[in-house]
Amino acid sequence: MTQSVLVITEQQNKVFRKVSFEVVSEGRRIADSLNGELVALVIGADVESIAKDLGQYGADKILVADDSALYDYTTDAFTDISAAAAAQTDPALIIIGASSQGKDLAARLAARLDAGLAMDCLAIKDTDEKLIFTRPLYGGKIMAQVEIEGTPQIAAVRPNVLSTTKTAGSGIVEKIDINFEKSRTSVVEKLIEEGDKIELTEADVIVSGGHGTNGDFEAIEELASVLNGAVGASRFAVDEGWRSHNDQVGQTGKIVSPSLYIACGISGAIQHVAGMSTSKTIVAINKDPEAPIFQKADIGIVGDLFEVIPKITEEIKKL
Amino acid sequence: MNVVVLVKQVPDTEALIQVAEDGKSINTDGIKWIMNPYDELAVEEALQIKEAHGGSVTVLSMGLKNSEKILRTALAMGADKALLVDDPLAFASDSLATAKILSAALKEIPFDLIIAGQRGVDEDNYQVGAAVAEYLGIPQISLVVKEEISDGKIRCHRTVEGAVEIIEASLPALITTQRGLNEPRYATLPGIMKAKKKPLETRNLADIGVEPASVGMDNRRVKIVSLTLPPQREAAVMIQGETPTELGAGLVKILHEEIKIV
Repeated sequence: MTQSVLVITEQQNKVFRKVSFEVVSEGRRIADSLNGELVALVIGADVESIAKDLGQYGADKILVADDSALYDYTTDAFTDISAAAAAQTDPALIIIGASSQGKDLAARLAARLDAGLAMDCLAIKDTDEKLIFTRPLYGGKIMAQVEIEGTPQIAAVRPNVLSTTKTAGSGIVEKIDINFEKSRTSVVEKLIEEGDKIELTEADVIVSGGHGTNGDFEAIEELASVLNGAVGASRFAVDEGWRSHNDQVGQTGKIVSPSLYIACGISGAIQHVAGMSTSKTIVAINKDPEAPIFQKADIGIVGDLFEVIPKITEEIKKL
Repeated sequence: MNVVVLVKQVPDTEALIQVAEDGKSINTDGIKWIMNPYDELAVEEALQIKEAHGGSVTVLSMGLKNSEKILRTALAMGADKALLVDDPLAFASDSLATAKILSAALKEIPFDLIIAGQRGVDEDNYQVGAAVAEYLGIPQISLVVKEEISDGKIRCHRTVEGAVEIIEASLPALITTQRGLNEPRYATLPGIMKAKKKPLETRNLADIGVEPASVGMDNRRVKIVSLTLPPQREAAVMIQGETPTELGAGLVKILHEEIKIV
């Protein structure tokens, strides 16, 4: 059995996404338990200079596929290169960050390699015989422990869940010959969202609003702002047109795992709770003491959100 | 423009999901089954494409006999025909096997575009669309919130973290849906009446040339060892206070001093 671990990283404009450090750190941990080598793959344009940074998180070898045609992510080219890197390293396990890009790539790569894929994992446990992957089903209503038959095994891990650990690795950078077909999809344009809005799935703090806001998110926006967090919304708030679809947290929206989730005026419908139940600390603010959300929260406040939230914001500013 | 939509039935998102006695599957007693919400977006988009460009809309599913209900729903919304791969040997196939079966079934359906939900909101694998595209050798564009078709090309708005990418591909291609793409229509009564007369055919694995030894429960690459409920939280600490100021200060004190997050 091969014992190496291959991690596929993600960068944009020569800046690694945080999940890249998470997958390298996790890869190091698994490679150690398999007594194998950790190989990281970096794909992009002009990315050789940043590749060595992965050595700090324990990468033994860093393969770099560098080409101006790889500036933007395309499924075809990135799958070709990832499959080639897998053929070269013959890994027991491939780890990819389950971002929008990572999920797209992991799914196509699994089909290309005819390999089992555990999508959106929260944990990888190395037992004596097998790797056991923990992943949520039904948006998080149920947790599954799964194992994968065959080699390589592929795990796409949810961003923001696994910790990053600095460990010295030899970090030898090796440019690889890249042989990829011209991608059949092309990125015509990238419309970056205005302002320095924090992406929900990457946010450390989320303040969400629901029915109880009556569409007024001003206090929620302000609280999120002082916490350097993102604003989320329940399905009701999105269906009412109060917030964009991008902001929806829940089984049919985004599934999030921040350190702090503050649910304001959200009753706690099952499908909403499913999307945020893996948050580390959950605070619920609702004027109905019987609201089901309190059963899912760590800390509760029964009160009018329009009165309480500005006071929370004020108190935080004092710190 | 011939569009094929991949659909599946899933438990209602409002359903409480419980682990069955075997510890590896869910208890389906009393569960209401619905069309996967992301597939509803796919059906709606296909109908809008047909309205704009002509052609046909075919819905394809793999599942047991009771999946006919969601196919009838799609027909009632306006799809032209439906195909169900119904074979007990395919039961509990994993994502790759499901994609193999759907790709095999697609050999008899002419298509310019395939639309699939980004994921089933049951096992949340995000995998079948991409694997079908791979097996058919066509490009994929996932998480689409807007599309335009002209001159044999499709141009899509795709949501990624903090941005929308505009991506173009030549047809045939496969796209997957993201919330915001459209508002799925409801089936009307005349639609429901018409749907009863529309063709809904079934196939088994032998019909579409798929070896049972490559699919089904026993041939899963990803095997479920156990299902568990997520860890339950302890009862919430309720902040006490007479005024909003007291409540706010009480919360911030805990967040700052005990949890140390602010």
